[in-house]
Amino acid sequence: MMIDNKFTTTDFKSDQYVRWCPGCGDHAILNALLRAMASLGTAPEDTAVISGIGCSSRLPYYMGTYGFHTIHGRGAAIASGVKVANPKLAVWQITGDGDCLAIGGNHFIHTLRRNMDLNIILLNNRIYGLTKGQYSPTSPRGFVSKSSPYGTVEDPFRPAELVFGARGEFFARCVDVDIVHEASCMEAAARHKGAAVVEVLQNCVIFNNGSQSAVSTKQGRAEHAIYLEHGKPMVFGVNREYGLMQEGFGLKVVKIGENGVTLDDILVHDATCVDSTLQNKLALMEGPDFPVALGVIRDVKKITYNEAVYQQIAEVTAKKGKRTLRELILAGKTWRIS
Amino acid sequence: MSNKMEAKALRDVVIRFSGDSGDGMQLAGSIFSNVSAELGNDIATCPDYPAEIRAPQGTIGGVSGYQVHVGGDRVFTSGDKCDVLVAMNPAALKTNTKFLSPSTIIIIDEDTLNEKEFKKALYKTNDPFTELGIHNQVVSAPITTMTKASLKDSGMDNKSMIRCKNMFALGIVCWLFDRPLEKAMQMLNEKFSRKPSIAEANIKVMTDGYNYGHNTHTIVSTYRIEGTEKKTPGLYTDVSGNVATSYGLVAAAEQAGLQLYLGSYPITPATDILHTLSKMKDLGVVTVQCEDEISGCCSAIGASFAGNLAVTSTSGPGICLKSEAINLAVIAELPLVIVNVQRGGPSTGLPTKSEQTDLIQAVYGRNGESPLVVMAATSPTNCFDAAYMAAKIALEHMTPVILLTDAYIANGSASWRIPDAADFPTIKPPFVTPEMQEGWTPTKRDAVSKVRGWALPGTKGFEHRLGGLEKDNDSAAISTDADNHQLMTETRQAKIDYIGTCIPPLTVEGDADADFLIVGWGGTYGHLHTAMDTLRSAGKKVAFAHFQFINPMPANTEEVVRRFKHVVVAEQNLGQFALLLRSKVQGVDIKQYNRVEGQPFNVHSLVEEFTKMMEE
Repeated sequence: MMIDNKFTTTDFKSDQYVRWCPGCGDHAILNALLRAMASLGTAPEDTAVISGIGCSSRLPYYMGTYGFHTIHGRGAAIASGVKVANPKLAVWQITGDGDCLAIGGNHFIHTLRRNMDLNIILLNNRIYGLTKGQYSPTSPRGFVSKSSPYGTVEDPFRPAELVFGARGEFFARCVDVDIVHEASCMEAAARHKGAAVVEVLQNCVIFNNGSQSAVSTKQGRAEHAIYLEHGKPMVFGVNREYGLMQEGFGLKVVKIGENGVTLDDILVHDATCVDSTLQNKLALMEGPDFPVALGVIRDVKKITYNEAVYQQIAEVTAKKGKRTLRELILAGKTWRIS
Repeated sequence: MSNKMEAKALRDVVIRFSGDSGDGMQLAGSIFSNVSAELGNDIATCPDYPAEIRAPQGTIGGVSGYQVHVGGDRVFTSGDKCDVLVAMNPAALKTNTKFLSPSTIIIIDEDTLNEKEFKKALYKTNDPFTELGIHNQVVSAPITTMTKASLKDSGMDNKSMIRCKNMFALGIVCWLFDRPLEKAMQMLNEKFSRKPSIAEANIKVMTDGYNYGHNTHTIVSTYRIEGTEKKTPGLYTDVSGNVATSYGLVAAAEQAGLQLYLGSYPITPATDILHTLSKMKDLGVVTVQCEDEISGCCSAIGASFAGNLAVTSTSGPGICLKSEAINLAVIAELPLVIVNVQRGGPSTGLPTKSEQTDLIQAVYGRNGESPLVVMAATSPTNCFDAAYMAAKIALEHMTPVILLTDAYIANGSASWRIPDAADFPTIKPPFVTPEMQEGWTPTKRDAVSKVRGWALPGTKGFEHRLGGLEKDNDSAAISTDADNHQLMTETRQAKIDYIGTCIPPLTVEGDADADFLIVGWGGTYGHLHTAMDTLRSAGKKVAFAHFQFINPMPANTEEVVRRFKHVVVAEQNLGQFALLLRSKVQGVDIKQYNRVEGQPFNVHSLVEEFTKMMEE
């Protein structure tokens, strides 16, 4: 695809003062999004950014595009209405772990199931920030917060698992401060036709500082993360000395050059594989035994809901002919009284 | 078919078909009413069915009914008591005793008059008529036996044959009221166009039912339904309220040149709107069956933001779930039509029955000062006009509009003169124009109407952000400023109040110089109108004012109400409109007539009660 450079990030900014806490990951995410939009080349007026409620959901106010800051959890439903009503618009949904996976969980899974063509940026900081520090559906078991002073007694959602379970066809993961890679994930999501989820591992500097510390620095990512690229062998490490291989029903980490393992033995990433089994395994990898997977993990083509809606209208209209209400009524049972 | 005894002339007649949920009473009833409408009669129907899809056969809980009022002149209601009751079993007889008058003719399936059926319907004796105190003329016909005999050469199995017994009953009733079978046959052929053998079987049984009535002469005389008024000439069809609502929305979208978007979730008794609009792909209508009520409303709000005529349809419980989203449309000032087909409440309540109990919820049931437009349709055919007006007001005034209908008018049907699109009022949404671009914000509004401009995504130079947070009146940026919030709250209220000057004034029917004013709103129009007619025929002076616009009320409301010494608000709740009217018109003695039975008003009771009030 041609990169259209007619826009700069400034074209997508509004004049509003950005009010997130200093040091919040949201600043970096906003910058990555602006970069992605400028690079994608869709005009600001043809772009709609929809959000729910939460710190992350303030983002549309900072955009120079069309935007709608809606109600808690319902961003996906409202964005779906926008997209179906006018499929020409590029529709982005900005959401957080509480907005998307707690109160908005139902809309999230159904939006994925329908394959609505939305670019869903899920800012996952594993905490409720705007209500000042309660655990979220992605907080780990035992997490101590204001509403769980003795630790939570429940397991978290793992967003990717939910995406694949809901038949989502695109999932990417990135880190808030890793702006170039983050923007590339957002661009890939935008180019993907259908519901595309980008999970951004985000730091909340006030209520959950350090929750992403393993991957928040370049060094950390080199040690604890793997950047996946479609068609490339899955290697990682400071010196790219490690790789992933399949073992039984699972994956294993191997050191290249040890025990006769060569680069040729390393699994090659296939984001387009329709069967999501291995992609799911990649997405669920976590330390200390495995690196955290970053990049586009799944990217599979399928007809979108909004395309299918108009395709059906076109098919029925081709068969019956375009009709007005009057024509429809007159085609039914009528009688004349004179 | 002329070899008949002399037929008596009637002005109107009420027929009630009743039987098991699976007995096809709705089909028999609707064919009878459609045939009558085509003959030039006026019709008003009322299906009365249980929430259970198929309760055990022969039990009280499984009885489904369909009442039709056929008149030579205009009929306003589906009728109180019936002139003919078709009861397909003892359970149907028992459930419908309350609809009998001393002159009602009962047609019952003799084959069900046995101990087994009596037990299922919880009779204590083997003589249901004595047990229920019924002294009516009873036509006991072996409907099941005759149906099976009629189809004995059809090769159908026993179950399929029995399923046709509704047609035998329909045949008898068609004979009784001199309805030509040709039109009914045509309807059956259309209904079962893909199953010609079923159509054929139904037609055969119906014809045999007709001939049975004709040959046995079990009923003393037959009837003609005659009128004296001339109906407005034109092309007619028959519509239910839900279909008329759907048509009204489509007509508005066509007039405004916008795509119609419906976001909905199935709920009784509103689902037929979703069904009707889902079929209209060739009209370019977009319907999305959402994952829940909330999404139905939210996706419609999204569609509105994107520039469609956006609608969500539901019933009371769904409104509870949509309230937060409706409020978003209030503060974002987006056009949205919310159709609430009211049913019995609270909670799941009486899903298939009718009430007017969601009025206060519609007007006030949201957090914050949250004014919006509330309208109510008055009859099945009025649903068309009301839906059209709801869409017009929403689009032209940038506001959500709640349109209240109810199960009675939504499921009831009537003959409807097909309107000409040229007669529809124009719909002109306040779209922004290029010269407005300089300094435009989504809070820039018309000085008089307080309506803001509508800039659709895709329009260059008008990019803006909406949201549920309070906005500054000038810049549209987020604001928590005290004076600004006061101003915005008052502005939103003023915008809705102004609509009161754009709607038709309240009209008074009946005797303008009467002391006594009957006030109603919404789906009770027909019953209240008939009650007024009955009172006037009895020589009483009475006036009647019926509200279609609840919030805001018509500008002349206070002036009208103050003209009368005695005012009674009749409604199917415990006094919700009376409460609103009292706050609008203070110092007037406003009496109440309230029934919350899940059933339409009973004209007889209305007349009795009003007479008592007038004599006090």
